[in-house]
Amino acid sequence: MFLKNLTEKAGVSGNEKEVRDYIISEIKDFVDDIYTDRIGNLIVFKKGKNKGTKRIMITAHMDEVGLMVKEIDSAGLIKFIPVGGIDPRVLVSKTVQVGKDKIIGVIGAKPIHLQKKNEWSKVLGIDELYVDIGAKDKEDAEKKVSVGDYISFYTLYEEIGDNMIKAKALDNRVGCSILMELIKSDVDVDFYGVFTVMEEVGLIGAGPAAFKVEPDIAVILEGTVCYEMPDLESHLIPTKVGEGPAISLADRTTIYDKKLRERVVEVAKKNDIKWQYRKTAMGGNDSGKIHTTKSGCSTVTLSVPTRYIHSPVSIISKSDYKSTYDLLNAILPEIDKEAK
Amino acid sequence: MKLNTELLKKLVTAYGPASNEGIIRSIIIDEIREYVDEYNVDNLGNLIAHKKGNGKKIMISAHMDQIGLMVTDIDKDGFIRFGNIGGISPSISLSQKVLFENGTMGAIFAEPVDDLSKLKLDNMYIDIGARNNKEAEEKVNVGDICIYYSEFIDNEHVVFTSYLDDRVGCYVAIETLKNLNATDNDLYFVFSVQEEVGLRGAKTAAYSIDPDFGIAIDVTAHGDTPKAKRFAIGLHKGTAIKVKDNSIITHPLVRNNLVELAKVNDIKYQMEVLEFGGTDSGAIHTTKEGVPSGVISIPTRYVHSTVEMASKDDIMDSVRLLKAYLEEKK
Repeated sequence: MFLKNLTEKAGVSGNEKEVRDYIISEIKDFVDDIYTDRIGNLIVFKKGKNKGTKRIMITAHMDEVGLMVKEIDSAGLIKFIPVGGIDPRVLVSKTVQVGKDKIIGVIGAKPIHLQKKNEWSKVLGIDELYVDIGAKDKEDAEKKVSVGDYISFYTLYEEIGDNMIKAKALDNRVGCSILMELIKSDVDVDFYGVFTVMEEVGLIGAGPAAFKVEPDIAVILEGTVCYEMPDLESHLIPTKVGEGPAISLADRTTIYDKKLRERVVEVAKKNDIKWQYRKTAMGGNDSGKIHTTKSGCSTVTLSVPTRYIHSPVSIISKSDYKSTYDLLNAILPEIDKEAK
Repeated sequence: MKLNTELLKKLVTAYGPASNEGIIRSIIIDEIREYVDEYNVDNLGNLIAHKKGNGKKIMISAHMDQIGLMVTDIDKDGFIRFGNIGGISPSISLSQKVLFENGTMGAIFAEPVDDLSKLKLDNMYIDIGARNNKEAEEKVNVGDICIYYSEFIDNEHVVFTSYLDDRVGCYVAIETLKNLNATDNDLYFVFSVQEEVGLRGAKTAAYSIDPDFGIAIDVTAHGDTPKAKRFAIGLHKGTAIKVKDNSIITHPLVRNNLVELAKVNDIKYQMEVLEFGGTDSGAIHTTKEGVPSGVISIPTRYVHSTVEMASKDDIMDSVRLLKAYLEEKK
């Protein structure tokens, strides 16, 4: 598992280099071809024991949601814009790191003492928030930070509770980590592994990658929404922690190939691997671009249920991580066969 | 040429929601196989039928898929929750009957809501009359997609039924193909998949075919009912030649060609400027280096309901216009 290193790296969409360099350093001795394409995707070819009958591509996006410096005001406070889907309610009082030098800052807002009563119930919008890096004034701040710098959340990786992991950017370093493990192992059949860029801002990297690789079948690894409060009715719970990889039915970008999905479920059952369906049609992932590239292909998405996704801190279960890896590993030699 | 009501009825009542077009595809294959040189089904499920010629390559696209409801959860009492596949309206769905691929029927209803504006797909469910979860799961699986079930009704002027969108487009393409005179043009009739969820099938089909021109055949909205939003399209005013919608501004070369042909052949037509929506041509015209594309629309009232209504004359005018376009040397 590479999650500590992966999640503590900064890789907001469009700025995935740190993550990519780390992945390259870990896997380069275990691949048969490796290169970074023009848009920044890392594409590797991995030979297996046999060739297989279909061209298989397995993808995980490297980028995470974050912020970007928009303006530095006269007091040296940093105004920012979101990069990717961020709920402004999760931002106040969080620690962040700014720019290449990882300048530590805090997202500030008016303290409760100074707020009027009607402000208590109001959510602060992104325009009302700023990052405070402790600068004396604008000039001091500009020595360390420039407009256009990326800002990522600052959260340490920790293992907590009952076999759980707490970290930032588990969406989708968890997919990257699983794909890296597969690449480092001895696999049954050939595949292309692709670590894509800029998924969070519109599935940007996946299209060019699929255009180049031209897969017959693509497996998308993801961290996906998980919300499972006890008072929720079953149809409002998209995925549950501890129940294994979530296999997507449909989302805003793809209706997943039924035959392929049923084949994956069949393999999970045969190998006694926990699995669940992702029971919502919301969201989307790289599959949307991949399955409609060139003449089209079949896709399946396996996701690790991730609590508090798109926030400074999220939680996954190690057992889901392992089941997802196990299922990926089990379907690889079987995926080119028809479902019964 | 007279409207073949039997064929239209067969097409609109066939099961085939987006991503699950197998049944409707087989029906269309049976209808067209004698009239084309070859056909194939691509990776996403598009039916691509080729009528060979030495001239320009023209892609004609009518989508086979229809909107539907996908099962996301079956509760302990056997009630089924669902998400939308394409543009499903909660208020239109309330109290509709639905049909699953295996023939299972159900009824859509909602939890009690105090005002109808609060009706959302999240608080609605499908009741298939199962007495518990086990009985429901014997008939329906999570991931299954059902469609609206309704009667096909026609009189001397109109047809109304669910799923004219876009089985009437498929009808226009099939009837054109059957009645086509010899032509030099190299014709690819595409019966596309997954239009309703974002023009997905047409995108991959156009990539494979790499046509010189694209023509989509689809329904359009109406502006001719009480207090309807202003829109210069109405029933019985002829086929509609699209100028724009949200997915395309049609290429003047194709659009003007269609207008000229309508005039020369005395085909009733109206010009369509739609402020929303999209059709397969939206995906076709930006493929590879770009494809000059147009759209022949069938004016249709109440699109995405179970009583979509179109004029028989307008449908036949659409066939005549498409036929004239495909027979003319490009």
